Amino acid sequence: MEGLERIIKEHPFFRDLDPRFVALVVGCAKNVRFDAGEYLFREDGEADQFYLIRHGRVALEMVSPSGGAVTFQTLGEGELVGLSWFVPPYRWAYDARALELVRAVSLDAVCLRRKLDDDHDLGYEVMQRLVPVLIERLQGTRLQMLDVYGAARK
Amino acid sequence: MGGSESRREKWLVERDGLQRLLDALREAGYEPIGPRLRDGAIVYDVIERVDDLPAGWTDRQDGGSYRLKRRADQALFGYAVGPHAWKRFLHEPRQSLWRARRTGTGFRVEAPANEAPRYAFIGVRACELHAIAIQDRVLIGDRYADPAYKARRESAFIVALNCSVAGGTCFCASMKTGPAVESGFDIALTEILDGQSHFFVVESGSERGADLLAQVPCREAGAEALAAADAVVARTAAAMGRELEAEGLPELLLRNLEHPRWDEVAGRCLGCGNCTMVCPTCFCTSVEDATDLSGDTAERVRRWDSCFTTAFSHLHGGSVRASPKSRYRQWMTHKLATWVEQFGSSGCVGCGRCITWCPVGIDLTEEARAIRQSDGIERGKDHGRT
Amino acid sequence: MIPEVARVAGTRRETADTWTLELEPPAGQDVWAYRPGQFNMLYAFGIGEVPISVSGSLRDGARLLHTVRAVGTVSSALARLKRGDSVGVRGPFGSAWPVEEAAGSDVLIAAGGLGFAPVRPALHALIARRERYGKLILLYGSRSPEEILYRREIEDLRRRLDVDIQVTVDHATEAWHGHVGVVTTLIRRAAFDPEHTVAMLCGPEVMMRFTVAALRDAGVARENVYLSMERNMKCALGHCGHCQFGSDFICKEGPVLRYDRIRDRLGVREV
Repeated sequence: MEGLERIIKEHPFFRDLDPRFVALVVGCAKNVRFDAGEYLFREDGEADQFYLIRHGRVALEMVSPSGGAVTFQTLGEGELVGLSWFVPPYRWAYDARALELVRAVSLDAVCLRRKLDDDHDLGYEVMQRLVPVLIERLQGTRLQMLDVYGAARK
Repeated sequence: MGGSESRREKWLVERDGLQRLLDALREAGYEPIGPRLRDGAIVYDVIERVDDLPAGWTDRQDGGSYRLKRRADQALFGYAVGPHAWKRFLHEPRQSLWRARRTGTGFRVEAPANEAPRYAFIGVRACELHAIAIQDRVLIGDRYADPAYKARRESAFIVALNCSVAGGTCFCASMKTGPAVESGFDIALTEILDGQSHFFVVESGSERGADLLAQVPCREAGAEALAAADAVVARTAAAMGRELEAEGLPELLLRNLEHPRWDEVAGRCLGCGNCTMVCPTCFCTSVEDATDLSGDTAERVRRWDSCFTTAFSHLHGGSVRASPKSRYRQWMTHKLATWVEQFGSSGCVGCGRCITWCPVGIDLTEEARAIRQSDGIERGKDHGRT
Repeated sequence: MIPEVARVAGTRRETADTWTLELEPPAGQDVWAYRPGQFNMLYAFGIGEVPISVSGSLRDGARLLHTVRAVGTVSSALARLKRGDSVGVRGPFGSAWPVEEAAGSDVLIAAGGLGFAPVRPALHALIARRERYGKLILLYGSRSPEEILYRREIEDLRRRLDVDIQVTVDHATEAWHGHVGVVTTLIRRAAFDPEHTVAMLCGPEVMMRFTVAALRDAGVARENVYLSMERNMKCALGHCGHCQFGSDFICKEGPVLRYDRIRDRLGVREV
């Protein structure tokens, strides 16, 4: 547990988290690894875990109109993978696949959601960390959609 | 600057003596260009005789309005400025820059002949002298010199005139560019009409000016004539049609780029670009490349352009300044604000042409005043109504 | 200013719509003179002139490189030139990347799309005197994998142990296994000392604006961020008025401008 506590405190997502909250979070955490090509989760699956990446890259993918999987975002060390665990109906909206060996801390979403309901201060703390990630991802997506490098329109 | 100019010797030339001035200029190889009446306006064109000048005419100018009226006297220069500026002779509206010809292996480029005509500008106002100096700064005093402008500028002989009439849209006094001519001329005239007398108080401002004046019949100007000349300038200075508060103007405009006044004026501005055509300091040009029918000879031509066109700021398939508001703002903030940082002075000389020749009478002195009075207001900062 | 005539020594197709021209110096000249960041006005006979940044040089300046994207009449004509053809050249014009000023600092180059071309000479200059700089980082964002410029060169550079190169695309294809996401997402994974970093940005204005914001969040000072700005250009001499961006003429004070100088203007639409 001690090792996990240190890992969580050092991860950018939970940096400077109050010690009593760290203890609560650790209770839902465990170390995991994925080999290259393995899925962290799949579209429409139950969003009952999410991941703090410690090492390795993860591709977020969706199925393109032509049928194959297309990556729309790559995440890596220090980043959070999985947001839908926080919002009903708690189902994944896309696939997340390890591009190489991935070491992560996996957080049990069912466990954590219960603790967030019980302790609203913890809930607010987690929300304050989650929303900026959401906004950054949304803004990045908008920029990708803008197609800024495209050839000039006549 | 200061008192040294007033120490110049001043002479008196009779009205008819002016013909000798024009003739002497022609003999020296200059083509005199001066004010002439044409198409209901006083424009600049070739003049041969003193009688070509619009004697006995004056103008009434206001926002979007220019009318000629008869004077009670026969003053030769009894009017303010018309739609022409001297820039049309120094920085031609259309100029061939170079030609290129195909060769067996590629092409070669040929420089133009660059023979500059030698003009003598007759009746250049103080505001116009400043405008010419401003264009000098842009076109020959900056990083690169324009050879065609330089050649014409160096050969141009300037006969300046102290204004006896302040136009309805004039504000040179606000811009400190007139009405008295101070420097940058070869000869300066002040026209005096007093009962039966009609003469000019003249002075030379350069060696070639003095040489030319030596060929014109004149006598020393007495104290009375000098006082009359000073009085002309003082009367004109007191009769300005407009005023522009120039103090802190660049900073005022540049901190109000989102002021709602820009949207308001955009509702009136037609984007016609008249202001840029008549403004004596506007210098923007564009280039056109074309070949002849055989496709073996190509030419590049430079022509006047205006920042009011959407094509002016074309970039990557669109325009940086697509809205009329952004284009009006560009023109006014360039003229009155960013010009100072670029070239060390305001771009405006207070001649009022932009006000007179705007079809809807937009007045930049009024626009500047409106922004100054509500300095700091920004669009979209009301946070909605309660 | 009259164009000089230069011969095309070779061309190379970079992507579907982009070519690099290799130019011999005009008659009477052995090498090309330029500073990284500057541009030339390239003239296609009878058609017109466009500003194209120098994208590199070969053999110590004996050959000049210009990467041209065919988007309009003139650029399409230039992109179609072949070895032995002639092109008119006026220049070089404009301001340069702060290659000298950055000595002693980490250098972070963030390029987007065709914006990699104008900043590539700076990258070459920095690598040529590598010992003068701290970390050297290149972040390159492209629309899609097929539009990555100078791919072979990037792959070669990656073999060096002293340059950190990260490439990302906005739109991936199924075959792409590299990073996907806007170029700003690469900043957090780059190791640099924000207080001693000089950043050189080149790409679409919106991309540069967001990249500046991300660099400022990371702690890079305004005086240490440089952008390459673009505006319509006709004469490149400061006489035609077209390229003005506030009080700066992109052909004279620009295209490379320091962020603190232009910060207020960048936020105003249609300036």
